[in-house]
Amino acid sequence: MSTSNTLKTRLRNVNYIPDDTLVMALQLSIDLQRPLLLEGEAGVGKTEIARALASVLDTRLIRLQCYEGLDANQAIYEWNYQRQLLAIKARERETVSADVIEDQIFSETYLMKRPLLEAISQPVSPVLLIDEIDRSDEEFEAYLLEILSDYQISIPELGTIQAQSIPHVVLTSNGTRELSDALRRRCLYTYVEFPSPEREMEIVLARLPNIEDQLVGQIVRFVQELRKEDLEKVPGIAETLDWAAALAGLKLTSLADDVPTLCTSLICLLKTAADQKSISQEVASRLAGKAA
Amino acid sequence: MTRISIELQAPLIKRLLGFVDHLRLNGFQIGSKETRDVAKLLATSRLSSLPNARIQLKILLSGNHSEWMRFDDLFEAYWSAHGRERPSNQTKSTPQNASVNIVHGLWESHFSADQPEQDGSDDRHLPPLDGDRSEGSQGKLFASPQHYSIRTDFRKFVDPAEIAEAEQLAYRLAKAMRNRLSRRYRKSTRGSRLDFRKTLRANQCHGGEPLTLIKKRKPDRPVRIVVFLDVSGSMNTYSRFFLQFVKGLVCAWIQTDVYLFHTKLIRVTDTLRDSNAVKAMTQLSLITDGFGGGTKLGQCLDQFNRLYAKHALTSRSVILIFSDGYDTGTADHLANQLARLQRRAARLVWLNPMLGWRDYQPITAAMAAAMPHIDHFACANSIATLAAIEPELARL
Repeated sequence: MSTSNTLKTRLRNVNYIPDDTLVMALQLSIDLQRPLLLEGEAGVGKTEIARALASVLDTRLIRLQCYEGLDANQAIYEWNYQRQLLAIKARERETVSADVIEDQIFSETYLMKRPLLEAISQPVSPVLLIDEIDRSDEEFEAYLLEILSDYQISIPELGTIQAQSIPHVVLTSNGTRELSDALRRRCLYTYVEFPSPEREMEIVLARLPNIEDQLVGQIVRFVQELRKEDLEKVPGIAETLDWAAALAGLKLTSLADDVPTLCTSLICLLKTAADQKSISQEVASRLAGKAA
Repeated sequence: MTRISIELQAPLIKRLLGFVDHLRLNGFQIGSKETRDVAKLLATSRLSSLPNARIQLKILLSGNHSEWMRFDDLFEAYWSAHGRERPSNQTKSTPQNASVNIVHGLWESHFSADQPEQDGSDDRHLPPLDGDRSEGSQGKLFASPQHYSIRTDFRKFVDPAEIAEAEQLAYRLAKAMRNRLSRRYRKSTRGSRLDFRKTLRANQCHGGEPLTLIKKRKPDRPVRIVVFLDVSGSMNTYSRFFLQFVKGLVCAWIQTDVYLFHTKLIRVTDTLRDSNAVKAMTQLSLITDGFGGGTKLGQCLDQFNRLYAKHALTSRSVILIFSDGYDTGTADHLANQLARLQRRAARLVWLNPMLGWRDYQPITAAMAAAMPHIDHFACANSIATLAAIEPELARL
C-alpha cells in the first residue's frame, strides 16, 4: 500500500497523473517482475506510461515499435554482414589463420543490437516498451515468448546471452488483432480507460499550467461529452491537450463565447472528415452549453 | 501492517484457491504460475485491504478485456454471501461500493491478529468451502443451461450431397483467395533481395567468397474473410444454402468471421466452427430467432463498425455480403456504413441472388445507394454462379 502510494507520487512528480488501478498494475509488475500488457482505445496514454515509468525509475527507455512484417533481424539482433565481408577481404593478404578471423568477425563488434537484445544486455534494468504488439504477426509473438519468460536470447554464433538485468516490460495493444493466449498468460493485464473528468483536468493542468482553471473545466467537460457522441475516432488525451493549448493561444476565456472560433479549433479533436461533418455548429454550441 | 502467521493464512489461501477455481469454471485461463503469484502476494501481506486486493487480483488473473469486465461481478459473487444475485439486481450500487460493504468484514477477519480464528467460529459468515460446492451457495455465475426449443429447423433442409458440394466449392474459393502478399521476407531462389545471413552461411565452404547468392522474397499470405449473411424473409430460400457454403469457408484453413443479420447482427463464427453439425444447426436456429422479419442492413453494419470492425478487419480482409438488397432502413445510412466498411477492408464483394433473375435491375433504393461502394457485384443463386466468382476473387 505504502509502496504503491509512493509510486503514485513519484509518477505525479514526472507529470504523469495515473489512476489507482494503473499504479497498482505497475507496482505489481515491478514486484513480480512480469511484463505488463496494456490494452485500451488509442489515445488513453498507454505509451506515455512507459515513458513516465522510465523517468520515475531513472533508467533508459528502450522502445520497439511493432509493425506488420517485423522479424527477428529487426527486433533482436543482426550481424553486420557488410562489415564482416570487408573484414574478410581486408585480411586476405595477411597470414592470419581462419580461426582468428572467424573469432573476430563473430564478436560483439560485428553484432548489431536491436531493441530486445539491447534491453536484456543493460547493467541496470531498463524499461522496455513493446508498442502496438497487435500490429506484428503471430511469428513475432512466438519470438517474444522465449524472451519474456526466460529473459535470454540464443545467438548460434555466440551462444546464449543471459539477461544482465531483467527489464521492466510494458506491452501495448490497440486490439486490432486478438493476441495469443500464450503471450497473454505471461503478462499482467490492465485495460486502460479514458480518464475521469477530475483526472483529465489534473492532466491538462499538469501539462499546461498557464491556463485558467475555469477554462480547463469547460474543456474537459466538453471533450468528455464529445466522447459520448457517435464518432469514428474518439479524441484521446493528446487531442485534449492540443486543443487546450490551441484555445489558450486563441485567448478564449469561455467556450460558449465564440462558437465559430470554437468550431474551427475543433480540428484539434476531430480527425476524420465524417466526424467533422457530424459535429456541426449547433452540436458544438449544445456541447459547449453543457460544458459551461 | 500486522504480520500474519501461516496458520492464520491457511483458510484464506484455501479460499483464494477456491476463487481461482471459480474463475476457471467461468472460462478464465489461469495457470499454476498465476496461482503461485497470488500466493506470493499473500505472503507479502499486500492483499490485506479489500479494494487493493480486488484490483491486484484483477490485474493478475484476467487476461483480456472481456475477463477484465467480468471480473468484478465474479469477485463479488464469490466473496459475498449474496453472490448469486445477478448484477442486474444491483444496478444502484457500483460493484466497487457493494463488495466493499458486504465483504469487508469477511476479508478483514482473515487478517485480524487480535482474534485468532477459531475453527468454525467464523464459518457461519463464510460461504462454505470446496466440499459444499454442489449446493451452489458460493454463488458461481453459471450460465443457465441451453433452452432447447427448436423453432426453425435447418436440419430438414439438409441434403448430404448438397453440403458436400457446397463445402467443396467453399474450399476451392478459399484457396483462390488465400494468396496475398505479406511484408515478411522468406528465403527464395527467385527473390528480389539478397539474404545476407543465409548467403554467408552457404558460402562458408568457398572461404567466404559469395559465389552462391541466396535471395528472399515476400511469401504469400492468406486473406481474412468476413461474411455477412442476410437471413431475412426475402432471402429465405437462399439463406440455408449460403449457410452451408459459409460453413465450408469457416471450417477450411483460412481465417473467416461470419455474421448473420436481419434486423439485428449476430456473430456466429464460433457456432459454425462447432464440429458437431447437428448441434451447430440447432444453435443457429435459436440464434436466428426473428428469422423472416425485415432487414436493417444499415443499422447492422453500423453495429459491426462500432463493435467488431477493429478486431475483425485488416487491410487484407475481403468482405462478402450475401443479400438481396431489400432493406427497410434508410439508403443514406446504408451507404455511409458501407463506405466506412470499404475503407477498412481490401475488397467488398456483394453477392445478390436476385441478379440471376431475368430482367432484374438493382434499382431498389438501398441497392442503388450501395452500388458505388461495392468493388465487385455478382450473382449468386446457384452453385454454378458461385463458382463463377472464383476467378474474380483469385485476381485480388
